[in-house]
Amino acid sequence: MLNLIIVIAVVLIIAVIFTAYRVTTLVDVVKKKKSDSHVPPGNNFQGVLMILFLVGGIAAFFYFSMKEYDTYNLPIASEHAVITENLFWITMAITVFVFIVTQIFLFGFSYKYRHKENYQAHYYPHNNKLEMIWTIIPAIVLAWLIISGLKQWSVITGPAPDNAEVIEVMGYQYAWAFRYPGKDGELGSSDFRKIDAVNSMGIDLEDQRGHDDFMPTQLVLPKGKPVLLKIRGRDVIHSVYNPHFRMQMNAVPGMPTQFWFTPSVSTAEMREITDNPEFNYELVCNKICGKSHYGMKGLITVLEQDEYDSWYKETQENTFLKQNPGYLSEVPEELKEAAKIAAGIENIENEQKVTSAASSSK
Amino acid sequence: MSVTDIHLQEDLAHDDHHDEHHEQGFVSKYIFTTDHKMIAKQFLITGIFWAIIGGGLSIIFRLQLGFPEMSLEWLRPMLGQWITPEGKLDAEFYLALVTMHGTIMVFFVLTAGLSGTFSNFLIPLQIGARDMASGFMNMLSYWFFFASSVVMFISLFLETGPAGGGWTVYPPLSALPQAIKGSAAGMTMWLVSMALFIASSLLGGINYITTIINLRTHGMSFSRLPLTIWAFFVTAILGLLSFPVLLSAALLLIFDRSFGTSFYLSEIFIAGEALPNVGGSPILYQHLFWFLGHPEVYIVILPALGITSEIIATNARKPIFGYKAMIGSILGIGFLSFVVWAHHMFVTGMNPFLGSVFTILTLIIAVPSAIKAFNYITTLWKGNIVFTPAMLFSIGLVSFFISGGLTGIFLGNSVLDINLHDTYFVVAHFHLVMGSASFFGMLAGVYHWFPKMFGRMMDDKLGKVHFWLSFIGIYLVFFPLHYIGIAGFPRRYYSFTSFETFSIYGDLNALVSIAAILTFAAQFIFLFNFFYSIFRGKLAPANPWKSNTMEWTTPRFPGHGNWVGAIPKIFRWPYDYSKPGAKDDFIPQTVPYSHTPESNLEHEEELTKEEDLTGVEKVN
Repeated sequence: MLNLIIVIAVVLIIAVIFTAYRVTTLVDVVKKKKSDSHVPPGNNFQGVLMILFLVGGIAAFFYFSMKEYDTYNLPIASEHAVITENLFWITMAITVFVFIVTQIFLFGFSYKYRHKENYQAHYYPHNNKLEMIWTIIPAIVLAWLIISGLKQWSVITGPAPDNAEVIEVMGYQYAWAFRYPGKDGELGSSDFRKIDAVNSMGIDLEDQRGHDDFMPTQLVLPKGKPVLLKIRGRDVIHSVYNPHFRMQMNAVPGMPTQFWFTPSVSTAEMREITDNPEFNYELVCNKICGKSHYGMKGLITVLEQDEYDSWYKETQENTFLKQNPGYLSEVPEELKEAAKIAAGIENIENEQKVTSAASSSK
Repeated sequence: MSVTDIHLQEDLAHDDHHDEHHEQGFVSKYIFTTDHKMIAKQFLITGIFWAIIGGGLSIIFRLQLGFPEMSLEWLRPMLGQWITPEGKLDAEFYLALVTMHGTIMVFFVLTAGLSGTFSNFLIPLQIGARDMASGFMNMLSYWFFFASSVVMFISLFLETGPAGGGWTVYPPLSALPQAIKGSAAGMTMWLVSMALFIASSLLGGINYITTIINLRTHGMSFSRLPLTIWAFFVTAILGLLSFPVLLSAALLLIFDRSFGTSFYLSEIFIAGEALPNVGGSPILYQHLFWFLGHPEVYIVILPALGITSEIIATNARKPIFGYKAMIGSILGIGFLSFVVWAHHMFVTGMNPFLGSVFTILTLIIAVPSAIKAFNYITTLWKGNIVFTPAMLFSIGLVSFFISGGLTGIFLGNSVLDINLHDTYFVVAHFHLVMGSASFFGMLAGVYHWFPKMFGRMMDDKLGKVHFWLSFIGIYLVFFPLHYIGIAGFPRRYYSFTSFETFSIYGDLNALVSIAAILTFAAQFIFLFNFFYSIFRGKLAPANPWKSNTMEWTTPRFPGHGNWVGAIPKIFRWPYDYSKPGAKDDFIPQTVPYSHTPESNLEHEEELTKEEDLTGVEKVN
């Protein structure tokens, strides 16, 4: 019933507006408004509106940009971001200047040169000097921006420093998996055919280097040390993104990618900076990946170097093999003993039992 | 059809026997017509239909983004199962909505609706041709587009929903139905529809190019073409060179989806099983897609810029400033648009050296764009500006083009793109520079050429109200998105509640949504004005805007063949507005220099000797 009333009301309102419009046009026809000029009435008023829009728009722009600066400008948490942020704000200064000046000219001229009777426009078809000026000046400014940008681009995308901490990040619908190289400092190889419900990253256990790899549930990073993320996607394209680190790289199935950076603010410090004791760095998926794309979150914790070292020492005991000893069956016979030592599996007698349990659950 | 074709031939052969037109039947006049003007109207009406659908879809997802807590139960009668039992929008359908919004707006509204309408309508009328080079191909072009539209429209009603992988439909997401529902039948229909669309574009484009090269009237040299025609010409070339690449990308995707090939698929484990595909590259698809995709944004904006050039010159009563520079920048943009595509791919993991190359090329393309903006502004300087609705929309276009163009300088710089890529900053950027600017170009064109299309005038006041509501509304929608983007909000997110980092700006998103709803509502003022004026508008005078171009020399309701009697000759460029010494503040292109000794410049006085005045009546 209510719906019906709403529909009727809408129809009536439309009918009223239509009738009113029809009446005014008919009245205009009857009155035969004198307009020998092709200029429609209210031309000056449009010019005034242009100026009002210009002033109001610029005022709102500056007011909001300044008031909200700390909200939209996330604090920086990596070393390269200091430089890129600098370039960002230089570019911002240049573009805002051009933006304001051109909009002032655009709306200002519109107002100033609005139609006046008995005024003739200035026949001014071209001026080569002017056009050279506004070809060359933008070209120089852009060239300068390009050069400053590319210098940093080549550093950021260049090879990681030798002492970088290598960590593997894998995106899958709809979560992240992380793998650390363990005691030997080297990640074992992986193969998508080895993936199953437990071995989510497809660690290839025929590779000895993988026997001591461990997979914590969050990404833990040392502050002040370069980190090299080895990135891959398991099913569709994802994107490893965090706005605090100003860091992003796609995770592409079939094509490993990487990104290195140096975290410069620990989680604890950031909690103070943001005045938010609950603060955590979040790993954001930034490439459309399916239904729960918007919920694909990973946790990142940045620790001081000594905290990181002790966390690493403690966590590396939980190797993948140790936690899932059933996978020892995938280890080649001649490497088994070494694998047990690398993975930290002590209780050898239990192996048989666990293996059968694991393989039955597989 | 054949009847009209024969007539056309006759028209060309002997212009004198013009009165022998047979009455056309309804079908050959309004449906399977070969008249470029009617085909233009068909494109326009279909484009308007799609704009309402595309805009409507965006309102649904803006409701979700602006008011995540709101119950959308009331949409159930329309959306059915896509409203969850809790009264929320289904997250997968949300992705289908953004995908279809993008596809519809970019291809069906701003490519077919804009180029299809105005290239078809204006090319023959402004160069002095009776029709397109091939009326039949032109008709096919529309009907391929229509078929493409039907397929895409039907896909909206599939049980698994329309395509949902974003308008760029990157594989593997778009290739694997197990990855997202939209990659089932919806994606198949998307690909079929796009294949038809590409055929339509090519048929149209070949026709535009051929017509402009071959059918210009006497005196209409390339250096006397209105800038609209230059823009349509370069646009058609861009489409002709880039759309086939999209077709190849789509074909390979069809093979991957349906025939087990591995062009784009490699090493995938999904839904509990490892797929057999190895050796493909998802990045290959992105290269192919953006090889069309980037020229495509210029295919969308160039016609709008051409239309604006014409309207600004006419209504500022001044020659367009730097006619040759404008042509040069259209050509420059056209060329460069083919060598910047990988700036969409800075963070895909492609070789960083490529990133450097594409950064340089991308920022170079900013130069011709800047020239255009400066030239528009200089055209206004010391003008005598008449604010018709078309002029208002053109000024609005320049404002959007500047605002959105400047943010491109951030995104084109690879090192800054690392943080901004795929955030709302990108959404703000392209919606202003390409979406809203082209949309305004389209509206400006409709307001300006409505009198020629339908022989009647649109209402001026309603047009102005429509402009101000749209202009302010669009800035309120897209300007705030820059802040949201700088704060790192990713695009294509159904909701931001999972992330603490994105817990801010709920209020700003609500504002954006309200502005979007109001802007959308304001378009109904236009729709009313448009359809009402077709039937009941004031009859249009011959040359309502006192314009120089030759479409205004045709009768109020031009028949098939456009001019009664001989096609007028052209003697001058299209921008002789407010020429010193001239009687009026405009001199149409059809007026010979020998008739205007009072206003001729020195080199023009030379030209009077060579003018062939046979068949030209002295009007004054």
